[in-house]
Amino acid sequence: MGQTLYDKLWNAHLVHEEPDGTALLYIDRHLIHEVTSPQAYEGLKLAGRKPWRSDSVVATADHNTPTTDWELGIDGIRDVTSRLQVETLDANIKHYGARAYFPFLDKRQGIVHVIGPEQGATLPGMTVVCGDSHTSTHGAFGCLAHGIGTSEVEHVLATQCLVAKKMKNMRVTVDGPLPRGVVGKDVVLAIIGKIGTAGGTGCAIEFAGSTIRALSMEGRMTVCNMAIEAGARAGMVAVDDTTIAYVKGRALSPSGPQWDQAVVYWRTLVSDPDAKFDREVSLDARSILPQVTWGTSPEMVVAVDGTVPDPDKEKDAARREGMERALQYMALTPRTPITDIRLDKVFIGSCTNSRIEDLRHAAAVVKGRKVASSIRSAMVVPGSGLVKAQAEKEGLDRIFRDAGFEWREPGCSMCLAMNADRLEPGERCAATSNRNFEGRQGDGGRTHLVSPAMAAAAAVAGHFVDIRNWR
Amino acid sequence: MDAFTVLTGVVAPLDRANVDTDQVIPKQFLKSIHRSGFGPNLFDAWRYLDHGEPGMNHAARPRNPDFVLNQPRYEKAAILLARRNFGCGSSREHAPWALLDYGFRCVIAPSFADIFFNNCFKNGLLPVVLSESEVDALFYDCASFPGFQLTVDLDQQSVRTANGSKVLHFEVDPFRKYCLLNGLDEIGLTLRQTDKIRAFEARRREQFPWYFR
Repeated sequence: MGQTLYDKLWNAHLVHEEPDGTALLYIDRHLIHEVTSPQAYEGLKLAGRKPWRSDSVVATADHNTPTTDWELGIDGIRDVTSRLQVETLDANIKHYGARAYFPFLDKRQGIVHVIGPEQGATLPGMTVVCGDSHTSTHGAFGCLAHGIGTSEVEHVLATQCLVAKKMKNMRVTVDGPLPRGVVGKDVVLAIIGKIGTAGGTGCAIEFAGSTIRALSMEGRMTVCNMAIEAGARAGMVAVDDTTIAYVKGRALSPSGPQWDQAVVYWRTLVSDPDAKFDREVSLDARSILPQVTWGTSPEMVVAVDGTVPDPDKEKDAARREGMERALQYMALTPRTPITDIRLDKVFIGSCTNSRIEDLRHAAAVVKGRKVASSIRSAMVVPGSGLVKAQAEKEGLDRIFRDAGFEWREPGCSMCLAMNADRLEPGERCAATSNRNFEGRQGDGGRTHLVSPAMAAAAAVAGHFVDIRNWR
Repeated sequence: MDAFTVLTGVVAPLDRANVDTDQVIPKQFLKSIHRSGFGPNLFDAWRYLDHGEPGMNHAARPRNPDFVLNQPRYEKAAILLARRNFGCGSSREHAPWALLDYGFRCVIAPSFADIFFNNCFKNGLLPVVLSESEVDALFYDCASFPGFQLTVDLDQQSVRTANGSKVLHFEVDPFRKYCLLNGLDEIGLTLRQTDKIRAFEARRREQFPWYFR
């Protein structure tokens, strides 16, 4: 019987397997950031252990770093606890080493899931782990990539392996052309809307079909990024020409004869035609419209031409209660048209949507227009210093600034509001990030997840608009 | 890691589905570089009426009287009863650290998110999966009997009421059970395979040198 892509990646990294299926999996790439690593390094130190292979480590500071006042240097991090965390990462990397480190203020610093692929630190066929649930992003490259806890960070540092049990194989197939203005973000939100936030629990999801194959690497990264929002630790896409073209020539990518050898291997990283999946779900791309979340879970999502759902129509009591609680938190009335929802803030950024194509999409929408006067703040936070530099080279920063957007320094920023960027209680935000949980973007803040173009259009109009009609 | 064998304790019911780790421990508390001290900020946004920040005197903050953990009957709870997909979202291990630091040693739910579930075992916090109907019945018991307690026996893989009127069975991965019963250091166990890891690594380096550049 044929193997799935996940089967192949699993088998290629299997160091040891117990009769009960508990396995040791070899880890090729260990991404590290400041929030989930200090306790792991401390554990290593307390046990008197050394990193197994520090050249597997690529590190950056992204969660706590400010997006303004970089000229102040480390003093720009005003919160002393945030600063200590960033300094602790510096000290740990200095002491224990890394293949590459992009510290705060480095021109290549950025969100760990943006810089991994950008630097060629993420290569097809790798196992990639990081103490961050959005590590699923890297699966776009035909990698087995998923988030781990801090104890596992320490385990990987000490042993280069992860104790794991094989997940189930799930395939989500999306076929057909996407309507105008509909992008990877809408595809993944539509998938989550269909299968729910626990729909992929216990599974590794392979995203397949003509729609996925037609996506750029950046679009695929957006889709895989939110696999975790569908409950799946790992999302992945098979290797094809698009993958290989993206990887070529990057700082840590192979070159010369090694490149040729690598490509031969990478071409095998696809599911065999006769591979069996434990679960299959399919969507017709033609039916996917621009998506907007209305509640406090990513599965609470509707198309932009829809209305806020009515809990009275929900038969399941637990779900109804959840909907009512979400509507109360979001201060929304059932049956309100989505396009009538007015915003206070707009956030374009995060590991989901802060890459150059995302910024191009958003800039194309705002070009020559102004942010609505009712919008208190609209900001663009590039995913990395290199994305920022590229955007500036293309003049995108001018387009955003002229429209009234703030053009910020790179980092996780208001996706999770660990730094100073946050919503005030009651503020409503159109965000290109990945989680609309209560308080995620700031205590009492209300988040609607959308694509970059949808967020940009909402900034201009002051309320959600159907990007398909944007002229 | 502390071993987990048998636990008898008061059960606190948290009656909502999809509780995410952002709720379990909000992001402002993730700035700590230590593993302990998260207990006062468990469910911070629900537990207190004001906005919490690290370094505050949390004992003096106004409590939300409606939140379950603030009700005197659940004061000494050691078992958290929850709904489906508990622990979804962020991979932060601060979530099990906060639950443990507060005093919980066990969470019972119909389902858990994968990363949270995994993180629990690394810290001596036992996640127990029971069926929707069993969990429903336990919510009813909690509401009906003040001071409702359960005994969770990992070796027996059972959850039972004090008078033995109810005995529920749960499944647990044998390796995880073994580690948890004995409080074993997983890194130490893995390092027993050092020769295998080295051999694997050498083969991989030979075959796929571009992953070792």
